[in-house]
Amino acid sequence: MEPLTPQRLKELEEVAARVRARILLAVHHAGAGHVGGPLSCTDMLVALYFHILNVDPNRPDWEDRDRFILSKGHSTIALYTVLAERGYFPLEELFTFDAIDSRMQGHPDMTKTPGIDMSSGSLGQGLSPGLGMALGARLLGKSFRTYVILGDGESQEGQIWEAAFVAARYQLDNLTAILDYNGLQQYGWRNAPGEHMFPPIENPAQKWQAFGWRVIETDGHDMAQFTAAVEEAQTTRGKPTLIIAHTVKGKGVSFMEDQYDWHARVPTQQELVAALAELGQSDLLVISQGGD
Amino acid sequence: MMTTYSLGKPNQDIVAETLLALARQDRDLIVVTGDSRGSGKMTAFGEALPDQLVEIGIAEQNLVGVSAGLASTGKKVFAISPACFLTARSLEQIKNDVAYSDNPVKLVGISAGVSYGALGSTHHSLHDLAALLAIHNIDIVIPADNFETYHAILAAATHPRPIYLRFGKRPMHHLHHSETRFQLGKAIILRSGGDITFIAAGETVAPALFAADSLEQRGISCGVISMHTIRPFDVEAVINAATTSRALVTVEEHSVNGGLGSLVAATLMEAGVWLPFKRVGIPDEHTIAGSQVEIFKHYGITPEGLAETALNLLNGSRGNRFPASASATASRPAANPPASV
Repeated sequence: MEPLTPQRLKELEEVAARVRARILLAVHHAGAGHVGGPLSCTDMLVALYFHILNVDPNRPDWEDRDRFILSKGHSTIALYTVLAERGYFPLEELFTFDAIDSRMQGHPDMTKTPGIDMSSGSLGQGLSPGLGMALGARLLGKSFRTYVILGDGESQEGQIWEAAFVAARYQLDNLTAILDYNGLQQYGWRNAPGEHMFPPIENPAQKWQAFGWRVIETDGHDMAQFTAAVEEAQTTRGKPTLIIAHTVKGKGVSFMEDQYDWHARVPTQQELVAALAELGQSDLLVISQGGD
Repeated sequence: MMTTYSLGKPNQDIVAETLLALARQDRDLIVVTGDSRGSGKMTAFGEALPDQLVEIGIAEQNLVGVSAGLASTGKKVFAISPACFLTARSLEQIKNDVAYSDNPVKLVGISAGVSYGALGSTHHSLHDLAALLAIHNIDIVIPADNFETYHAILAAATHPRPIYLRFGKRPMHHLHHSETRFQLGKAIILRSGGDITFIAAGETVAPALFAADSLEQRGISCGVISMHTIRPFDVEAVINAATTSRALVTVEEHSVNGGLGSLVAATLMEAGVWLPFKRVGIPDEHTIAGSQVEIFKHYGITPEGLAETALNLLNGSRGNRFPASASATASRPAANPPASV
């Protein structure tokens, strides 16, 4: 991996701001979709696809590419947007999000969309195929690495822990899971007003360490810190790594941040205008109105 | 004179032997097991080719997900687990990670049907065909004997799509002549007959064949089809049987709902072919526990039981609401037979 220079970091941050704006534009245009989760994993996806992953947009099926799985598939508009920005398909296609017969359906489909390594959508299923890919790399004698972004909500699914158990058993140090730890799920645990709000999963570090994983905690919105965490994972030997990325659901738009309400809410025209202004991307709004 | 059939091995033994032989020649062939190396007869495989066997432990959902990921890297993956768990516990992983994602995993359901009969309903797989038939992009194969098993595994190894194969654990009779050819999606006509034809699959083909032999002794002309591939379904074989026989009986080690019998019935209806018809299988009731032999006997999946069913059907004593003459003048198939399922 190339060193992340201050100049490069600035470029990535600009890409991330653009990606956030395009996510909101696409969801607004579709009149449906998730917002909070995509914004929470945007910076990590940008860092992965623009700096970390060994991929080639012109050869999405290149057999030596690094693999990526978005296990929290409902955040796929963020992945589509990053893939489009990276050149896998035209940016205009993002406006077909959720439309009939589009390649941009509500959850990623590896048979349809260039750059998608694994379909997802049913929560808790993504780590197992990631484990299979990491095993495949080892059996094939290939050096590609596999990355899986997990949601904290889907960590309640049992299959995640089946896979965690076996990945450690096989000492798969070519497998990195990334927990998008934004602390909010769609409804969450019931609690009385004013009581402690329990996150979807408490003490994930303790749990994953107990399963035999190396655990690194990082700020999931600080791309320099996140990249350093991935580098550490890459040099870890003998065990898989979980990066706990502390994130904010709805990150980047003040009135969406940390709000349950924005898990899957469509911004109004007024909210869209305000959000793009905050992101410094109002110029994208003008462009999109033509096709709106 | 009654034909005699020699006894072979359990189909699962043939699966294990064939996979080992193939894997010795092909390093990309990987077997994934879920603490079922013993029951899947894969112990020898694991000892001979330790790098080509991945043990996942008792976690079927993970087993299928891992197999899909492995297959996506180009490996030829045979995921082996008891059929009852493989197609129920991990049905969602089969649907999403294998079929929908088009990762060509070869799912091998062992001790299928009521092979684990005495262990109770938790261990019966009488739902697997119905469940998988409702999922697009997974072919389904139920070999009847060692010959069909050997060829089904060979075919699966190079099959470009997801596929599910289902096997039992009891030694099976050799049912085929040496000149028989096996082709996925193409039913094998074991014998033809103008009075009645049994369309059977898997371990119910043998009792159907023995029933046909005994009926022939009584002057009833009897056909038997081994419908080893449930998907893609050999519509033509069904229509041919229905238009050359006076009655049809389907036989399966599965619920009568949603499996072979349902598929044959739907095929006939859509083709506009009407004739006396009976589904034999496990009825919609709390299934009894017992050995596979005992359960088959209980539900009439025996040479005697099937012969009786055939005679009753031909004699119209099952309250068939079609006049006897209707069967003799069964309508011709539609000009455009329905597309294969």
